[in-house]
This record gives sequence, C-alpha cells and structure tokens, in this order.
Amino acid sequence: MSSPRSEFISGVKAIAPILLGVVPFATISGVTAVETGMSEIAALGMSFIIFAGAAQLAVVQLIGDYAPAMIIILTALIINLRFAMYSASVAPHFKQLPLKWKALLSYLLTDQAYAVSVVRFNDNPVSQDKHWFFLGAASALWGTWQAGTITGIFLGTRIPESWSLDFAIPLTFTALTVPAIKGQAPVTAAIAAGMASVIFIDLPYNLNIIFAAIVGITAGLLTESRNTGGENNNE
Amino acid sequence: MSENLLFLIIIAIGVITYATRSSFIMIAGSTDKFPYFQKALRFVPVTVLPALIMPALFCHNGIPDISIGNERLVAGILAIVIAMYKKNVLLTLCAGMGSLWILQAI
Repeated sequence: MSSPRSEFISGVKAIAPILLGVVPFATISGVTAVETGMSEIAALGMSFIIFAGAAQLAVVQLIGDYAPAMIIILTALIINLRFAMYSASVAPHFKQLPLKWKALLSYLLTDQAYAVSVVRFNDNPVSQDKHWFFLGAASALWGTWQAGTITGIFLGTRIPESWSLDFAIPLTFTALTVPAIKGQAPVTAAIAAGMASVIFIDLPYNLNIIFAAIVGITAGLLTESRNTGGENNNE
Repeated sequence: MSENLLFLIIIAIGVITYATRSSFIMIAGSTDKFPYFQKALRFVPVTVLPALIMPALFCHNGIPDISIGNERLVAGILAIVIAMYKKNVLLTLCAGMGSLWILQAI
C-alpha cells in the first residue's frame, strides 16, 4: 500500500538520476548571473522567484545585453509557455486537491518533475497519494537547483563541461519515456514530435518544444481517428 | 540597470511564470466539458518528452549532427535500445553515461 511518506520517497528516488544533470546547469546559472554584474541578492532572488533554468539563463544574457525590461519579460514568458502545457497535462491528477496544495505544486512544476510524475501517474492512476510523489520529486529538484545556484553565486564553482553530466537529463527522460510509449498512435506522435523538435531546433526561445508537441499531438490524433474510422471524433 | 528595476523585472517574470505553471492546475475539472481537449492532452507526455530528448541527442551546439562522430547520438541510441528492453532507469543511465565517456576518451 502507498502512504504519503512512501510516495514522497518514491518521488525523490525517481528524480535522483536527473539531479546529477541539474547540478552543472544550476551552478552555471549562478556563476553567469554574478559575472554579468548582478548582485548576489538579485541572483538569489531570481533563482527563488523565477525558478526556471532556461528562462533564468536567457534573462541574465539579456540583462548583459542591456535589453529593455519589456523584452526581457516577454522572452521569459515565451520560454516558460511550455509550463502551461505541463499544467494542463497534470491538472486532472490534482483535481481533488485543496487550493494550498495546488498552489504549492504549481510553483514546483518543472520539466523534470513533470517528466517523472506524469510517467508514474499514467502507470498507476489510482494512487490516492500521488501528489506526495510529485512533491517528493519536485522538492528534491528545487533543493538541488537552489543549492547548485547558491554554490555558483557565492563560490563561482563550475562543473567541467567535459564531464558531460548534463547528459544525465535526456538519458533519464529516455529511460522513463521509451517504455511508456505504447500503441500505434502514441508511437506515431512521439516520432513526429521528436523529429519536429530537431527540425525546428533553430526556433528561438525553446519554441521548438511547443511546436513539436503540437505536431506530435496532431499526428497522434490523426492516427487514432483513422484507426477508429473517425467514428468517435465528431466533437 | 538599477537594482530596483532588476527586482521589478524578476518579480514580474516570477508572477508570469507562476501563472503559466498554475494555469490549468487551478482550473482542473473545468476542461472536462471538452473531450477533444482531453484526448489531445493524453498525447502531451509522449510528445513533450521526445521533444526534450531528441535535440539533446541529434544536435551538437544547436546544429543537427547525424553522424557516427556525434558521441551523444551513439550513446543515446544505445540508451533507447536498452530502455526498450529493460525498464530500469539506472541501467539506461549508466549505459548512456558510460558509453559517452568511453567515446569521448577514444
């Protein structure tokens, strides 16, 4: 039987391999913020208030380029649009939770917490305590991110790029995703999305991810409706 | 840029980012009326995750590189094959990292 405690621990364990890849990313975001001339307190505030690696790196770069405030804010918005997609995808699993829980889990929603949780939720949709799994995974990631950023800000430590630790993130995603893709429509959707994300790699602001998801979802829905002869698709 | 303006920007981005994260979680349940939307949502995990993975394997410094010289592609394909047969995250991770380090060393 699952309990809040055991779900929380399972969440921490599930995200552990990804944390390895997050450390170099977190330290670099702290180091570059300070190198760009941001004060330690601003760099720290950014890491706690925004808590989104790709957007933080873009913000730091734009500040270094003396970009106007509006441009910086819009850029961060576009980079973080993908969170709305994750939010929609996990929302049904959090439907019954009190507002306080929803508010907390929203703050902690990241690529990595989403990835480990959604795979688990789809495997095991009946668990009453799955929000504890998410909390375990997401808060482990949060703690690692903040510790890495703080190390980067105050000690200037970088993890050598030649260690390639960042590769742990796509590898763990692979280990989670590949077994979860079953059936003709999901396989078609996955291949279409994977190809689209590479083809559109040049799109700015990580838009290739959203674009690839749209291409993949469309491919999946088309495959599905073709297989059912279009019967149940008159909505 | 003044420290005050910088903090205003950071807070604005924080608010906007929180809005994207909380958007659908907060209104969960109210999209049940749209079955086609629900159907589309089921494909989010199987499309977003490959979309995050594939550029990390196929692209080198932001440029697609489909060759045997792309160490991450070779290590990644090995990882995909292992993940197809063994549902074991640590095994896939170790095989992928191990093969990448070996390929980078030779």
